[in-house]
Formats: sequence, structure tokens, C-alpha cells
Amino acid sequence: MMVGDCAKIMYEVKEVKLYGTWGSTYTAVVQNALKLKEVKYKYVQEDLENKSEELLRINPVHKQVPVLVVDGRPIAESLVILEYVDEMWKSPPIMPEDPYERAMVRFWADFIYKKVAPCSYTILFTVGEALEKAIEEFTRNLATLEEGIGKDFANAGKPFIHGAKPGLLDIIMGSSSGGIRLLADLTGKELIDKDKVPLVYSSVHSFESLPIAKETQVPYEQLLSRVLAKREKAFATEQP
Amino acid sequence: MAEKEVKLFGNWASTYTLRVEWALKLKGIEYEYVNEDIPFNKSEELLRLNPVTKKIPVLVHNGKPLAESLVIIEYIDDTWTKGYSIMPKDPYDRAQARFWAKFADDKCMSAMYSVSTSSGEAQQKMLQEAREAFQILEQALGSKKFFGGDQIGYLDLAITLLAFWIPILEEIVSVSMVDNENAPLLKEWFTRILDVDMIKTSLPPRDKMYELSKQRREQFFSGQI
Repeated sequence: MMVGDCAKIMYEVKEVKLYGTWGSTYTAVVQNALKLKEVKYKYVQEDLENKSEELLRINPVHKQVPVLVVDGRPIAESLVILEYVDEMWKSPPIMPEDPYERAMVRFWADFIYKKVAPCSYTILFTVGEALEKAIEEFTRNLATLEEGIGKDFANAGKPFIHGAKPGLLDIIMGSSSGGIRLLADLTGKELIDKDKVPLVYSSVHSFESLPIAKETQVPYEQLLSRVLAKREKAFATEQP
Repeated sequence: MAEKEVKLFGNWASTYTLRVEWALKLKGIEYEYVNEDIPFNKSEELLRLNPVTKKIPVLVHNGKPLAESLVIIEYIDDTWTKGYSIMPKDPYDRAQARFWAKFADDKCMSAMYSVSTSSGEAQQKMLQEAREAFQILEQALGSKKFFGGDQIGYLDLAITLLAFWIPILEEIVSVSMVDNENAPLLKEWFTRILDVDMIKTSLPPRDKMYELSKQRREQFFSGQI
């Protein structure tokens, strides 16, 4: 049963459920947003190799996690969920008040999802020339992100992109910390380099140090061994 | 909020540009329009204003540039708060509108593109996917007059050019992407939305659109784009 405090929530809701999967950054993004806002929710773990009837019912379009279900009504797509959560539970805010700043947050969130995230996934599951290319692209896009953040966010690096308190972009970057560590371990390169991308680095490390982030994080050793197993499988099927 | 200067860099045939123009028109905002010759001849100014993606549309308001059409539309609605309401008010409805706009861009637009740039068996497969995508998109409309309800809204703006463009592509490629079999309600919406005054009077000339689409297809097959 959720207590609605008029000052904090837009209107009363009785039940919040989050369908997610272990080790998924997109699931972590939503978990961290809910925790930051102290929203009480029930977490439902989905096995993506064996999706539940429930999941297929609440997200028939993409059949993916995360899905937030509020009083029986589902919302899918993590960025869409984040904005919904921010509009429903106003405190603390994760979006700026100024419309132009909000536009900048949305632009860069979209950039991270479309340009940075896909590269990182490729890096985890390729070798050889394809890997080199993916690392190059990732590094290039990360540099663009760093430059853009510096230009568009006056208080970036203090210590978050959004300033003294974490905002939407910090939630996205900070929730990726497990994935970022994987990239470093699997490539042998510190792709989020403190000197090369200081603002991104500051966001990730400041966010992952928050108690809520530590709660959400999955044990790294387990994450690593799962990814290694997945890699082996992927490479095995590629052999002639 | 007083506007000092609103300038839009776009292209006459671009769905992404037209979305933004319609948003500006709905709010009654006066703006200067600069047509960009895409993709090969972009102006220095555009590249300076949007160095990250180098794409149109770019809206400049009080000297500050914005890119990404859906981001721009939300900015317009957030900034010019009096007058027409483009986004729904309720957070759940807003979430649904954003979800479907993303679906339209990620699945429908790319499906259309794939259909018009493929041939033979590959095209048949792409066509099936496109028909399914539009069938799914229809769920967002249901039995409503417009995606936004009784009045056009964010999602209508996002999808409107498809109502104009899909029939053109269907003619050029000789396929049917949206019909009474897979998406009858969507097809009816095509007729309704193109009849809305503001839309009707601001569509590009059909023959020009036809020629351009044909040209792009040929350029694609000859490896130019």
C-alpha cells in the first residue's frame, strides 16, 4: 500500500510494480530513479530466455524489460518510464525546470541510448577488427558526449552532470557502472578515462557511490561470469 | 515568454521538419524558415549549430539551438505555455504518446525505408514487417478521431507526414503498406488528418514529393546514398 503525500506525488497510486531482469542497465536505470524518489515498488524478476505470460501481456509491442506497471497500467521504454516517474513523484526532481535545459537533457539521453550504448554492447560481444572498430566508435562518441555536456551543462562535474544533485543523465550513466567495468576488464582499456572524459567519469563514479546505487548494483563477479559465458556461446556459434 | 527570434532550419520534404513546423503553427509562433539542401549540400550555419548530428531540423530560439524533432516539439510546448496544448496533460498519457512516437520512428519509419530500398524476396519480408508495424501502431489510435483524442496532439504531429508519404511510396514501389486489411482505422485517420486545415495547407506538393522519393530510391540503388 503506498502512501500518497500530496506535496510529493501527483495523484494517489496504490501499486507500483517493476518488471526487470538481473544485470540489465535499463532495469537498473528505472530502479535507481524509483529509489532516488523513495517510491515503494514491487520488483518482478524476468528471465528473458523464458518470458512470462505476464510480461508478454504488459509489453506486447517489444516483449522487453523494464516495464513499470502503475495500478495495472504498463509503461515501457526506460527513458519514457524515467520521465513518467519524474512527473508523478516530483521530489527530488531529476529533470531541470528550464525548458531549454530539459531539451538538452533529452537530446543527450537520446544520444547515449542511440550512439554510446549500442557500441558498448558490440564491444562486449565481438573480437578482432570488429572490436577495434567498435572501441574507436565508442571512444569517439564518448568524446562527443563529454564535449556536449561541458558545453550544455553549466554545473557539470560538481560532481554530477546535473550539478550538486543527480539528475536523469547521471542516473543513466551511473546505472551503467557495472557495464563500464566490464568494458575495461574485457578490452584491457580504461574507456571511461578520468583525464579524457572527466565529466562523464565524475558522473559515473559519484552516482555509483550513492547508497541507492550500491543497493541496485549486482555482484560484479557474477555479472562478469555471465557475460563471459554469453561470449563463449556467441563465439562458439560463429566458428565454421 | 516573449520570443525574440525563432528560426527553423529544415527541408521541405522532411517529416521531421514538418512536425516542428506544425507545432510552431499550432502555437501561432512566427518563425524564419531556412531550407537546407540535404544530404549533400548542408550550410555552414547548420553544421555550426548542430555539430553533433549535423541533421535537420534545428530550431534556434533566442540564439540557442535545439536538435531532434521530438525534443524540439516538447520544448515548444514547454516554452509557449499559453495557447494550444500539444502534449497530453496526464503523465500516463504523456508516457504513452512518447512511447508510440518512439515506436513510429524506430519501427515504422525504418520499415518504410527498408521497403523502398529493397527488392524481390527481401522486399517481401520488409513489407510484411512494415505491415505488422503499422498494424501495431494502430493500437495507439483505437477508435479515437486523432491520436491526441478529439484534437490533434504530439503523436499526430509525429506521424502525420506518413499519411501523405506512404501512399506515394506505395505507388512508386507497387506495394500496400497500410490498407483495410492490416490497419483500417489508421487508413481512416490518414484521410482525416490530411483534411485538417493547417495540415492541408502546409503539405509539400505531391508531384514534387513523388519525384524526390523516386530519385532517392534510384540514388540508393546506384550507391550514391
